[in-house]
Amino acid sequence: MEINNLIAFLGENMQMIYILILSVFVGVEVIGKVPSVLHTPLMSGANAIHGVVIIGSIIVMLNTPADNIGLLTLGFIAVVLGTLNVVGGFVVTDRMLEMFKKKEKK
Amino acid sequence: MLSGPQTARSGNLWAAFGMTIAIAGTIYLYNSNDPSAVTTREPIKMAFIFGGIAVGTIIGWMTAKRVKMTAMPELVSLFNGMGGACAALISLLEFHHNVGQSERIAVIMAGLIIGSVSFSGSIIAFLKLNGTLSKSLRLPHYNKINTLLMIVTVLAGVYLTASNSDSFGFLILVFALSLLYGVLFVVPIGGADMPVVISLLNSFTGLAAAFGGFLYGNQVMLTGGILVGSAGTLLTVAMCKAMNRPLFNVIFGAFGESAAVATGKSGVTGSIKDISISDTAVLMNYSKKVIIVPGYGLAVAQAQHVIHELEQLLEERGVDVKYAIHPVAGRMPGHMNVLLAESNVDYSKLSEMEEINPEFSNTDVVVVVGANDVVNPAAKTDPSSPIYGMPILDVENSKHIIVNKRSMSAGYAGIDNELFYNPKTSMLFGDAKDVLTKLVAELKTM
Repeated sequence: MEINNLIAFLGENMQMIYILILSVFVGVEVIGKVPSVLHTPLMSGANAIHGVVIIGSIIVMLNTPADNIGLLTLGFIAVVLGTLNVVGGFVVTDRMLEMFKKKEKK
Repeated sequence: MLSGPQTARSGNLWAAFGMTIAIAGTIYLYNSNDPSAVTTREPIKMAFIFGGIAVGTIIGWMTAKRVKMTAMPELVSLFNGMGGACAALISLLEFHHNVGQSERIAVIMAGLIIGSVSFSGSIIAFLKLNGTLSKSLRLPHYNKINTLLMIVTVLAGVYLTASNSDSFGFLILVFALSLLYGVLFVVPIGGADMPVVISLLNSFTGLAAAFGGFLYGNQVMLTGGILVGSAGTLLTVAMCKAMNRPLFNVIFGAFGESAAVATGKSGVTGSIKDISISDTAVLMNYSKKVIIVPGYGLAVAQAQHVIHELEQLLEERGVDVKYAIHPVAGRMPGHMNVLLAESNVDYSKLSEMEEINPEFSNTDVVVVVGANDVVNPAAKTDPSSPIYGMPILDVENSKHIIVNKRSMSAGYAGIDNELFYNPKTSMLFGDAKDVLTKLVAELKTM
């Protein structure tokens, strides 16, 4: 029973599973090419990217009945945290990369 | 785009742009394909969403702009924790109306556990890095306790999934157990291994985000999450390799303890030689080639600007100056590069370990500033040393070695360094910034 459910679930989500596998390859490929000079910005950039969870928190909010203030407040906190992750991550990465700009020779 | 420092910045901006589109698209265009959920856009909900984004943007922006470059690892780990918390909250909110669909509950559980571990773990990492929690606290049998706790947490999650239970209390229990596990997971890990932990937690949050993507059938979340998850895992492994420690060892090993025992046994002996600032200046002034080995001590003393000044001064006098950057110099891989870039050092002067190691033999002077373990020859010669096998910079091949340290105390790994007793080595004691400033002044008079 459970196994059949699982197989059905995997079948329905085949497309997602393809994307998942593809993303793993892209991730590995991306890191392989980055010189270790850039590992710190890379880490903080990756940190910003997983801020995509914010999309999930927005979806939660959109699906919540408008009169349920408790759930909306929790969703609000989730949105704040997600945004912090995204904005902070990108700004810090940009600040770091800005410093790597080619300096003019004196 | 991240393959070179030149293009990386635009790559980052494109990623930020893409993220903005994805967020805006979700807010205005998303419609649930799940008949049980109704997607509506009442003004009050929109107000909550935009309010949340505004608050997060302002706080995130301000923090990111203000933070010092030396505090970068803390910040990354803090932001990472926020992402993990967000993922955990989503799971908490989605639990109730998905009861009965065990596949979806399984995905929610996975997101909840991983997100919470990532959250509490990152917060502990943050506190440890900024010095609030400086001791590595080790409960007796902490490995067994942690493993047991992990099993209990996962079992609780599995039970909740399989039982189709709607128990909110049980859900909170899983949440609390995961948070506790995150804390206990990071607390015993020593400071030197922190970068590995941050990178690992980073990939955890990526996984949590990917589970969210699965839940909503959302490709952007799935791709982004898995990308970070796989990239983070790879980076973690690369870091472990640079430190020559298996990942398992970082998580379960007690580094500090074994190191203490080893120091007691080996006990390097010999005499050390002092050198004055003026002698150092003379030596450097008449060299052809100088290599600077910066370590975290340089960053702590905020001496990265002075060292750049020194480098320019020597370059003007025809001395070839290079920086040798060990992969784990600083507190994060590549952290030292960021710090030096901040003080306008041309990044083409920064050489990676494999590249610079053969050059040491034709180098006149090597200046080691605030680095210790990464130049410890014990890593090559002493199999009993805890850092044995770690790739190091072969500074001992050069003609002179000048080591700037505040005192004779051991490095981060807590082990003695026989390099300091090498006849070619001279010690220049003092605060890095202080000493380098005097050195620059001395050079200017020559």
